[in-house]
Amino acid sequence: MASEQLLVVEGVSKGFPGVQALENVHIDLRAGEVHALVGENGAGKSTLMKILSGIYTKDSGTITYKGKPVDVSGPLEAQQLGISIIHQEMNLMPDLTVAENIFIGREPKHLANIFLDKNALVTQTQKLLDDLNLPLDPKEKVGNLTVAKQQMVEIAKAISYNGSVIIMDEPTSSLTPTETAALFKIIEDLKKAGKGVIYISHRLEELNEISDRITVFRDGQFVDTVTTADTTIAKIIAMMIGRDVKQDLRPEVDSSKSDIVLKVEGLSTRKLLKDVSFDLKRGEILGFAGLMGAGRTEVALALIGKDPITAGSITISGKDVKIHSPADAVRNGIGYLSEDRKRFGLLLIQDVNFNIALPSLKKLFTNGFGFIKTSLTRSTSEDSVQQLSIRTPSVKQTTKNLSGGNQQKVVIAKWLTRECDILIFDEPTRGIDVGAKDEVYKLLHALAAQGKSIIMISSELPEVLRLSNRIVVMCEGRVTGIVKNSDADQNVLMQYATKHRN
Amino acid sequence: MAKVTKSGSDDHVVKTGIVATLRRQAEQSLAFASLIAIIIFFTIAGTGFMSWDNIDGILLSTAVTGMLAIGTTFVIITGGIDLSIGTGMSLAAVLTAESLTRLHMPLVVGLIVGVASGAVIGAINGIMITMLKLPPFIATLAMMLAAKGLALVLSGVAPVYLDTVKGWGSIATGMWIPNFPNAVLILFVFAVIASIILNRTIVGRYTFAIGSNEEATKLSGVSVTKWLIIIYTIGGAFTGIAGILLTSRLSSAQPALGQGYELEAIAAVIIGGTSLLGGKGSILGTMIGALIMATLVNGLRIMEIHQEWQSVVVGAVIVVAVYADTLRRRRSGV
Repeated sequence: MASEQLLVVEGVSKGFPGVQALENVHIDLRAGEVHALVGENGAGKSTLMKILSGIYTKDSGTITYKGKPVDVSGPLEAQQLGISIIHQEMNLMPDLTVAENIFIGREPKHLANIFLDKNALVTQTQKLLDDLNLPLDPKEKVGNLTVAKQQMVEIAKAISYNGSVIIMDEPTSSLTPTETAALFKIIEDLKKAGKGVIYISHRLEELNEISDRITVFRDGQFVDTVTTADTTIAKIIAMMIGRDVKQDLRPEVDSSKSDIVLKVEGLSTRKLLKDVSFDLKRGEILGFAGLMGAGRTEVALALIGKDPITAGSITISGKDVKIHSPADAVRNGIGYLSEDRKRFGLLLIQDVNFNIALPSLKKLFTNGFGFIKTSLTRSTSEDSVQQLSIRTPSVKQTTKNLSGGNQQKVVIAKWLTRECDILIFDEPTRGIDVGAKDEVYKLLHALAAQGKSIIMISSELPEVLRLSNRIVVMCEGRVTGIVKNSDADQNVLMQYATKHRN
Repeated sequence: MAKVTKSGSDDHVVKTGIVATLRRQAEQSLAFASLIAIIIFFTIAGTGFMSWDNIDGILLSTAVTGMLAIGTTFVIITGGIDLSIGTGMSLAAVLTAESLTRLHMPLVVGLIVGVASGAVIGAINGIMITMLKLPPFIATLAMMLAAKGLALVLSGVAPVYLDTVKGWGSIATGMWIPNFPNAVLILFVFAVIASIILNRTIVGRYTFAIGSNEEATKLSGVSVTKWLIIIYTIGGAFTGIAGILLTSRLSSAQPALGQGYELEAIAAVIIGGTSLLGGKGSILGTMIGALIMATLVNGLRIMEIHQEWQSVVVGAVIVVAVYADTLRRRRSGV
């Protein structure tokens, strides 16, 4: 297949204060190709994409676009060149409609370009959506859409620029298998039209299906570019982390004891939950599986007092407890690690020490007069960093600068310091790469072995099966099944997850 | 993970102590450097700038605004704002004066009434913001107007004179330390107290936490409602103290004189480097900000620049200060 070199990145480097994010990396993209870019978090993928889309400027190296060297000085220049990007974190305006979001900055106007042509806006959007086969309503406010549909809006927007290069950063992270298939069809069409796609994903299984070549980065450096057909997932992983990682595992040891630490009976909330009952044993990892919207996070929110309970009871170590606020939950020893750890789990502008100590300030680190024992706080944080192997230059490092995996560890550290024995992990490895995932899994095992009781909500069935002793499956706000790990496999779980229909 | 380049080995050892703190402020804070620059400028350009008398004057005029600014630093660090501190101060002043004159209360009671009434105003603000879920701007705007009215009503729309109250005037204008007005000493002492509260106590830590990410702080088990009310109450208490200082200097409570102080106080906080977004800030910065404003106004007056132009200059300074701080932040990747 004779194809033109759309994009050639040669010897590009980029540094920030204290961190060399990219060092001498290469990648090239041909017309009609899907070129996957993989690497652990912190490998430099996002940084390179931001350079290509004009958000950052490179320190050195060359970028050649369609044969000519270019300097992408800003997002507008990238757009004009024909490079568009679908971000991992969505850049949409929730109060504007689908049409308004897609055409922001280039709205069709009439009357000497002063007035917006609202009809043209909707028509053009509808045509775009029809061409791409996306079931969206141009007039719907984006804020009202599900995360999956919002991702589709991002995709439509990027494609509408009619550029030759489309960068997709984790495009399937919020999509169901059906929606993913639809996306892949769109990508196939783009290939046929001679466009080039750079595809970033942690879902290595997808790469076989969708990519032609794969480039691996590690620690800001280029490792290799291989043809997809000639390689295996295991080889890719080995290149990404420089060591071997086993897939497809199950818990080796069942550390759960028989005493019940948490008992939930008949739990209902106004919005979604109906009659949810389950129990959690000491030292157990209880997985929560189900489709998006099944109600798993809602269970967590009810348990920590963020969502008022309309019926049911919560019993901790035999005592009936009333949890009306997160403060109550923490006092009862429940620590919640939210799905969006940057928004709800961490104070990004504060340092590691601050974050780790926060829930425990009152209980452990304050003397009688309200004064904080700074040295005790600091030494405790340093111990945590050691114990959990958190990679940070010091506890005074701003948490914003840590990688996703290490940020997650800071959240874990903060609950351990608070001596919470019941930990609720909501999507514990979201946005974390293969190597760090492994560390988190080992950590979860270790915590369970120490006697902590863990509820683990996860949308990745292999992950659920790998870690959980038992699995609670939910569907539309109800518990549809509670299975022992030995009785479960992906099929069984999927069946329970799609049971119901009331 | 991307490589982390090693910088100086004691890079992350945070030195404490006054000299180190001042040096860090100078490095990080354009405000401090500006203050020095302004002082040097006026010493050269004006005559009589560097006299004890003049310096006393500058410090004295900073006292009231500075006290208000200290209190409101807490509020701004939480990401909130308090527009009622000006008129609230007047209301507290009127209540203090009335208790001393009409109710013939002893001096000490007058002081307590001053601080307490400021605190109560702060608490009400806090309750409106946390329990009624009113945005701080709206809640404190409403309080500002209500306090203004109440101050006029309770004083009978007339100043309440305090020259008959023995010892009241010397609270601010007396000199326990020779050549050093009390008001300045009191400001200094409370600045130190406030700094200790902010940096070393749990309420201070929670102030930074709430301002950094209120939701995450709540999920960490902190009762944000309770602590926000406490923080606004603390701010209010400082408003009360400012009222005491003002009435002492003027030997009267002037019910119509409050509005306008809040913006000066907030300006001082901003110039001093505290971000309106919350999560970062310092009392030292606020003091520098207040001094910059007072020094500018004083210096301009000495150079016989018309009063009207002073406001223009202060406005310009705010723009420059905040912009410079934004640049610095962007460059260091915060």
